[in-house]
Amino acid sequence: MNKILELNHLTKKFGNLTAVNDLSFTIEKGNVYGILGPNGSGKSTTLGIVLNVVNKTSGEFKWFGNRENTHEALKKVGAIIESPNFYPNMSAEDNLKLVCKIKDVPYSKIEEKLKIVDLADRQKSKFKSFSLGMKQRLAIASALLNDPEILILDEPTNGLDPQGIHQIRQIIKNIAAEGMTILLASHLLDEVEKVCSHVVIIRHGKMLYAGSVDQMNATHGFFEVAANDSKKLEEFLNVQTYIEHFKIDDNGTYKAFLNKDFMADEFNKIAAESDIYFSHLIKRKETLEEQFLELTKP
Amino acid sequence: MKRLFLIEFHKLKNNRSAKVLSILYFALFFAITLFASIRFKFGSIDFQLAEQGIFNFPYIWHFNTYILALLKIFLAVVIVSMMSSEYTNRTLKQNLIDGLSKKEFILSKFLNVVFFAFASTALVFIVSLILGYSFSDFNELSIVFSDLEYLLAYFVKLLGFFSLCLFLGLLVKRSAFALGFLFLIWVFEGIVTLIVKFKAEGLDFILRFLPLESMSNLIIEPFTKMENIKMGAQAINPTFIKSYDVSFISILIVLAWTFIFIYGSFAILKKRDL
Repeated sequence: MNKILELNHLTKKFGNLTAVNDLSFTIEKGNVYGILGPNGSGKSTTLGIVLNVVNKTSGEFKWFGNRENTHEALKKVGAIIESPNFYPNMSAEDNLKLVCKIKDVPYSKIEEKLKIVDLADRQKSKFKSFSLGMKQRLAIASALLNDPEILILDEPTNGLDPQGIHQIRQIIKNIAAEGMTILLASHLLDEVEKVCSHVVIIRHGKMLYAGSVDQMNATHGFFEVAANDSKKLEEFLNVQTYIEHFKIDDNGTYKAFLNKDFMADEFNKIAAESDIYFSHLIKRKETLEEQFLELTKP
Repeated sequence: MKRLFLIEFHKLKNNRSAKVLSILYFALFFAITLFASIRFKFGSIDFQLAEQGIFNFPYIWHFNTYILALLKIFLAVVIVSMMSSEYTNRTLKQNLIDGLSKKEFILSKFLNVVFFAFASTALVFIVSLILGYSFSDFNELSIVFSDLEYLLAYFVKLLGFFSLCLFLGLLVKRSAFALGFLFLIWVFEGIVTLIVKFKAEGLDFILRFLPLESMSNLIIEPFTKMENIKMGAQAINPTFIKSYDVSFISILIVLAWTFIFIYGSFAILKKRDL
């Protein structure tokens, strides 16, 4: 596998605050990565460091195996950070021309990329006349201009309306389907769950988990059950060997976690044989959101 | 080099206020010189500024570079606002993310400053040449092209001043504050000058090292150099002797400041988290 970006013990301190704490992970070609973390967890700072706008305190990072210096490497990267930043009085086209000049890319790319984000008919309009959703789409077009080896997106749907969010997601999905390496920082989990193959979870600048989404989901799931006689239900759950543990939810249902694959109909049958009748039974897996909340519990 | 200049030029070309101010600046060049060639007739008064000898070669080089340097404030506003708007629009951050290094960013700004200074110098040269040939009493080539060091001084003066503006724009990040800061430096230098003149005359050698003072020292005022005024001055004060030459040391001092401002801008940018 080709290494695109490597972080080694990266640390950033703002005075007393450690925004990024000894972070190490590797981005490999062809995968779609999600960086997850609550607000203020150090996601943007981490991206800022590798994108040459924030100075690191210690540690190191390598682009493309350190073949070149950072700003040269960035010409092969497409990135949008937080809000779309362009010259307000320039037209969309002129803004992209400037990016072409910086990245040494021919102007011919502009039209092609504007089509991808559905802005081709607005290319002569000034940037300041754009809605936030259009601005964000222009930013994506700008990031794609150089046909980057990796696309970095920091909160791309932040502040957008539902249509805007949907459009951006669709664009990201299309790009991901073409096999581009993507690094997506977000605190919106379904966003990450839908498009990412790998996740890195950060809290207080520290890495909590790095690996594939599938592995993170590799539990056997749980049954959500309820019965009129909760005491009897508890006794029943206690003696089932395939149930690792269980807990009571706020609304009076029980979550019984499995330690091996077990079918719901089988479970129902055993319960009925033990004279327990469920008023509620669902088998499901934990969502990324639940796992994330579990992991990032303060 | 060319790429960096074109990057900055593209920003300039597409910035309306910068364009308006630049055009105004160059238009004023011609307006001022046109004004000088107008003949005023009020009854018995028949006055033409151009006839007073100000457009005689080689005096015209001195006079025009001195007068037209006053207009530099227009371009100063352009430079400061172009720099500080990179912060307010956060486009500086985006430029860096897109693959411009911090060094390249400063260099592209500096190249633009050089361009402004050079274009102004070229224009002063052309305007003076035209006016000189129209009004000068002497048109011999050897006289026309003497005292050209005033053009060099003019170029260095603008270069130093624009570099200071660039530095302030980057340091303060807000154009209004940066221009205010420039004014404060000017006031501060005035105070230092007063203190030195009246309280510590032994220290007056430091005055020529002050940034704005060193720039204004490049081209000494040309008014008392004119024959009739000079004679008047000598009649009042027989010991009146003044050097109007462009001093080599002054040029060196301003170039040193230019270097400090540009390198300082780079050092600040390098240290800052954006």
